[in-house]
Amino acid sequence: MLGNVHCSVARDGTFSRMCRIHHDVAGDVVTFRAIEKPDGATNLGVWRAARDSFSWPLARSWLDGLPGDKGLNICHEAVVRHASGPRHDVEAIRFLGKETKRRSFTYAQLEVETARFANALAALQVGRGDVVAALTGRVPELYIAALGALRAGVVFCPLFAAFGPEPIEARMRLSGAKVLVTTLPLYRRKIEPIRTRLQNLKHVIILPEEDGYSLATGCHGWDSLVRGASPRHVISPTPPDTPALLHFTSGTTGTPKGALHVHDAVVMHHMTGRYALDLRDGDVFWCTADPGWVTGTSYGIIAPLTCGATLLVDEAEFDAYRWYETLERERVSVWYTAPTAIRMLMKAGTEPLKGRDLSSLRFCASVGEPLNPEAVIWSQRVLGQPFHDNWWQTETGGIMVANFASMPVRPGSMGRPLPGVEAAIVRRRPDGRLEPIETPGVEGELAFRPGWPSMFRAYVNAPERYTQCFQDGYYLSGDLARRDADGYYWFVGRADDVIKSAGHLIGPFEVESALLEHDAVAEAAVIGKPDPVAGSIVKAFVLLQDGIVPSPALERELLGFARRRLGPAIAPKELAIVPMLPRTKSGKILRRLLKARELGLPEGDLSTLEGGSA
Amino acid sequence: MSQSVPLRPSDRDGIRRVLIESLSYVAPEADGSSLQPTADIREALDIDSMDFLRYVTKLHALTGIDIPERDYSSVSTLRGAETYLALRLGVT
Repeated sequence: MLGNVHCSVARDGTFSRMCRIHHDVAGDVVTFRAIEKPDGATNLGVWRAARDSFSWPLARSWLDGLPGDKGLNICHEAVVRHASGPRHDVEAIRFLGKETKRRSFTYAQLEVETARFANALAALQVGRGDVVAALTGRVPELYIAALGALRAGVVFCPLFAAFGPEPIEARMRLSGAKVLVTTLPLYRRKIEPIRTRLQNLKHVIILPEEDGYSLATGCHGWDSLVRGASPRHVISPTPPDTPALLHFTSGTTGTPKGALHVHDAVVMHHMTGRYALDLRDGDVFWCTADPGWVTGTSYGIIAPLTCGATLLVDEAEFDAYRWYETLERERVSVWYTAPTAIRMLMKAGTEPLKGRDLSSLRFCASVGEPLNPEAVIWSQRVLGQPFHDNWWQTETGGIMVANFASMPVRPGSMGRPLPGVEAAIVRRRPDGRLEPIETPGVEGELAFRPGWPSMFRAYVNAPERYTQCFQDGYYLSGDLARRDADGYYWFVGRADDVIKSAGHLIGPFEVESALLEHDAVAEAAVIGKPDPVAGSIVKAFVLLQDGIVPSPALERELLGFARRRLGPAIAPKELAIVPMLPRTKSGKILRRLLKARELGLPEGDLSTLEGGSA
Repeated sequence: MSQSVPLRPSDRDGIRRVLIESLSYVAPEADGSSLQPTADIREALDIDSMDFLRYVTKLHALTGIDIPERDYSSVSTLRGAETYLALRLGVT
């Protein structure tokens, strides 16, 4: 296989970049054998050369395709092909439960489990074009359901378990999901109250609990449905443009956007797994993202499995001690996490790191929001590896711009475009058409030439919003950026009012709508307030109905009201009751002005403001 | 907010009040009285990592006690937090 390097340290089986000689605990030099590659010790090698020799047909040739030329199926590439080859008994997924419980699946076992789930779906008359949604923590069944749905040619739609009932209802309705996989507590709290309004939802599958099983009426039990299903399943022909994944993201206005991806996306997942994350056979790969967000599916399920690595999944949430312990005990070699988590580790100091041996770490990457240079320098010093920031978004389906293992990290930069990816910084000319900015260092909108395989193919039920993303041969990302003279891209900000908090995109409209449901609220506006850990936190400004008296108690009530509806991932962390909200003459709330005031920045041109300067 | 002056609770009741105050700071909708004393507050009250950090910061603000990262698991249940704070504050 092209790009694979084997630099194994014989004594403990771990891999070492650049074939450095490792010292064991006693200080002895551990012997190693290395199969050198002419283009260096990383999968990518020299960036320019890799780009020049790259083509999408080449990337497709790294995958098998369905036997008999029957198309391309993500589950076949991630699981089925390995189960019938030399990776048969390789550990595919290793689950760490919240407490001490561990579960592990080889590629062969995962093949059987996903076959069972695909057959269970068929028994429910769920097939091509239907959508299976999932709302659960990071338990094995979530991964089996995701891969099994893909195997069946059914669209998989992951939802984030920390969403409240309103975001879940909006996404469930938009997705038109026919099946939901969830747990009993989540079902009781978040689905049962809205189920009658989810007209497309025909089947709810409840996962087994640690201590036995209980069911709600109108629900199937996972065990009875899936355990008894046949372990043999032949994948039906899957043309590469068959819908596969539905991920929700947010815009400034309107409902959440459901970005639809097709099975051909696996070409991108695999290519970027190898080039941007440097994944190889023998790697233990830990992606800390939840599959409820696109990173947790593209890289928290698919890419590492297509590369034949061992995927590590931790059910628990962030805990600095637990994370360092996990990195050491599981001998994680490639780690993909987010700036907020990295900054929380930095905040925890070096105490949790004491006595830890993280020498198995070969490559660390970060995504979600720009990684501040201090975090790169910190990780180099403390972990012995710099974090490599990369950039992509729900719509792109895979990593587009990255700091690569084979290049020095440029701290603060998102890196350079992947092979096959044509990036540009564009601006609008006076006639409204787009033109690329060639001069280095000039700010514009980050844009891409369409054609990469994991490009989203639709926003469900919103064709006009989809069309608006494309102009003059570019896909417009909505992020402002600049490119330096060496071709590295630097994030500047969002072109719209969407809030990036802890790596998640939050649409202000969704938050404002929830606040407006409270009887005391007349108007609401939401901004991203800079935060040293989360990047931004959601802050709400609320104008009360006439006659309602502001008070700290009411502020708390409104915060709680929003949390109950939206869940902790989206709800505002701060709220202020204000006597007026700035609007344009056409009545649009000026979120940017609120933000400028919050930060004590100059307020800019106020000529379009209602009533002039406030 | 006005409550951020350290209270330095001197008895169990004071500790309980500080706990409820800190929890309702991050999850104002939560009903502290119906919370199981041994339940993980992160799951019971839908508190994510960021909110947990804010809860710990609030505990610190209200008690003056520094709570290091390694003790976070000690304050993740009502009973655990009560015991932990009592020990740190020298309350019997």
